[in-house]
Amino acid sequence: MNAILPPPPPEAAAPRALSVETVSITKRFGSFTALDAVSIRIRPGTVHALLGENGAGKSTLVKCIMGYYRPDEGSVVVEDREREIGNPRDAHALGLGMVYQHFTLVPSMTVLENLVMARADVPAIIDWAAERRVMEEFLSRMPFGVPLDRPVALLAAGEKQKAEILKQLYLDSRFLILDEPTSVLTPGEADEILGLIRKMAAAGDITVLIITHKFREVTAFADDVSVLRRGKLVGGGSVADLGIDDLAQLMIGAKEVAGSVSRLAAPADAHTRLELKGICAEDDSGTDALREVSFAVKAGEIVGIAGVSGNGQIQLVEVLAGQRKASAGEVLVHGEKFGATREETRRHRMALLPEEPLRNASVARMSVAENMAFRRFDTPPFSSRRGGWLSRKAIREAALALIERYNVKTQGPDAAIGTLSGGNVQRAILGRELGEAVDILVVANPVFGLDFAAVAEIHGQIMAARNRGAAVLLVSEDLDELLELSDRLLVMSDGAIALEVPTAGADRVAIGRAMAGH
Amino acid sequence: MATPEAIGWVGVPLAVIAGAIRVSTPFLFVSLGECLTERSGRINLGLEGTLVMGAMSGYGVAWLSGSLWLGVLAAGVVGSLFGLLHGVLCSLPKVNDIALGIALMMLGTGLAFFLGKPLIQPAVENLPSINFGWWSDIPQVQEALKINPLFIVGIILAPAMMWAFRNTRWGLIVRMVGDSADAARAMGYNANTVRVLATVAGGFLAGIGGSFLSLYYPGSWNEGLSSGQGITAVALVIFARWNPLYCLYASLLFGGAGALGPALQAVGVTQGYYLFNAAPYILTLIIMVASSSSRRRLAGAPAELSVTR
Repeated sequence: MNAILPPPPPEAAAPRALSVETVSITKRFGSFTALDAVSIRIRPGTVHALLGENGAGKSTLVKCIMGYYRPDEGSVVVEDREREIGNPRDAHALGLGMVYQHFTLVPSMTVLENLVMARADVPAIIDWAAERRVMEEFLSRMPFGVPLDRPVALLAAGEKQKAEILKQLYLDSRFLILDEPTSVLTPGEADEILGLIRKMAAAGDITVLIITHKFREVTAFADDVSVLRRGKLVGGGSVADLGIDDLAQLMIGAKEVAGSVSRLAAPADAHTRLELKGICAEDDSGTDALREVSFAVKAGEIVGIAGVSGNGQIQLVEVLAGQRKASAGEVLVHGEKFGATREETRRHRMALLPEEPLRNASVARMSVAENMAFRRFDTPPFSSRRGGWLSRKAIREAALALIERYNVKTQGPDAAIGTLSGGNVQRAILGRELGEAVDILVVANPVFGLDFAAVAEIHGQIMAARNRGAAVLLVSEDLDELLELSDRLLVMSDGAIALEVPTAGADRVAIGRAMAGH
Repeated sequence: MATPEAIGWVGVPLAVIAGAIRVSTPFLFVSLGECLTERSGRINLGLEGTLVMGAMSGYGVAWLSGSLWLGVLAAGVVGSLFGLLHGVLCSLPKVNDIALGIALMMLGTGLAFFLGKPLIQPAVENLPSINFGWWSDIPQVQEALKINPLFIVGIILAPAMMWAFRNTRWGLIVRMVGDSADAARAMGYNANTVRVLATVAGGFLAGIGGSFLSLYYPGSWNEGLSSGQGITAVALVIFARWNPLYCLYASLLFGGAGALGPALQAVGVTQGYYLFNAAPYILTLIIMVASSSSRRRLAGAPAELSVTR
């Protein structure tokens, strides 16, 4: 093994959990200071939450601990000794491990293959029978198990997360960083895994640093908390001493957060604008992704689709966008059969904001103005009635108006849209889609990865579209967003609608159970 | 050789089997090599060039040294060098493996024709074959069962590769790199290094496949030797779903289908000779269409492959 490691302590002697401390860590990227003298002490055998908005510096800090980045100033202290951690291998050798948001298991390999290959000393020829015995013995000591012979691609998100954590424990990590571990889990799975992790920490086996932006997880599972804002440590301490209001105050700062958007009463005699009847579709690998999905959206209402990612939401939006063929069922818009052609979309005044619009709804290298004209560039005044000559002037002027109205921060209408930040791409595409009167709006995860101000603004635009009488279908993985915006909530699980409830007075527990497929 | 009429129509399936064994060897070696390379997440379309270079250099070295097996080895080494070139160039940023493969295909064939000019005349003895047909009196059977040693190496290699992908550290590393470079990197493996090595090994096998062409069947060096067998073998890998054993079956199927035309001609069916010669390609089209779907991705494809991403 590694020379810098002291001999491993005898089994069940002194507590094995490590203490880790960052001492005044500063990290700059060019002129931007991502971390400004951040000092955090993580006590052994505790669960420590690292809280902060997107871009607050949480991942930069853990990357400094794990050796991906070298801090410009400051140091990392493990077990009261300052350590030079030059790369992730050094970190692993010290017993530091990290579970990433994006899983690092090889999808086509089985859990057993993945766990064995994660080891530093894989034998040239692997004796699977012996490895299996060792692994089963290891699993019997663990609080949770996973099916060893299943390829990782076939595991549910919760099982994958467990397998990732087991991998770290198998590698004998005694300090574990979990990066937003519950973003792909149902509330039930999240509670189970965090509960087990907390139990292991309390037993003195591991120390855990968990990156999150969910207050509930902090109050329910963490012992201590540190809050980062714009690269600075703005507060923290024992969770018991801090209320949710304190945490929110620390995390957001003095910044004004737009209150909940005003919701006008829905017209009583609203027409059904969008209706799905028994839609079935397959995913790329040919397995059923949508199973007889039927619902209707009326004018002036927001229907929310809740669910853990990967339960058919993507395919649902793709079917509505015409990117995926439904294998059965039909989509009706204004009572007519809808085939998602350009002509139909235009006639029915349907707008669509898919998730990750930079990838799914724009051409990164084309200009903001061109991207904004995608819906209408082939109609007057943007192109001549015959011959199809484009008027760059008209395209540019329309774009300038949208940029102004939707507050898109860009160097100008001629800048490539790929150079914009995520929030601005989102605003630009939303501007394109809402630019004209809209009867139907389909939105998927519209605020993923955006900061508070942008979130409030985009939520306001969606609500305004509803108030103007549009039928809105909002697909989101963020339950809070759905509860805030939608009038009615559908829960998707395994490609089918598992639950339908009015948002007013919705029961979180029931929703969580439906998400998990119970 | 006795006339096939002596055993009549029975000669057709026999000739197909004999063809499968004889013609499939280059397909087998190239597709196993490509299978290894593609499992690591890269496509080397240049194996046609490697095959022709292997044929030329194997023939040349055998002629100069007088040792046939030294020729085979030399073909493998030249193939590895081509693989190394492909692997290293692909590791540079912004280099596309498919475009580079096509360039190397041109380079390999062009270079082989250029260097091989003086080799068209001299005749080199062919590799010995092992006679498995001693138990039969029928000359066609004896002829069909004269099996070349490289074929035997190939049919051992296919299951061995299959086993290695499952049971050895190197096999698992190749699969890991081919399916998730991120995961491999997180475990400390350098995806580029693994891919370069896999491409070198793939080139070695393709080179050996080339030496079979010039040293066993047809058994001499000329410019029309390969006639696209290398590129066909690359396509075979997709057809075989990146499974070495299926590569073996696909190669046999192709070899057999290729022997159909000549075999039918031998029993007197002369009409549509060229059509029968196209049998392997028609077969490929039919199987590809039947086994593909516009709605789903190819099953078993390494996720890092640029064509499947």
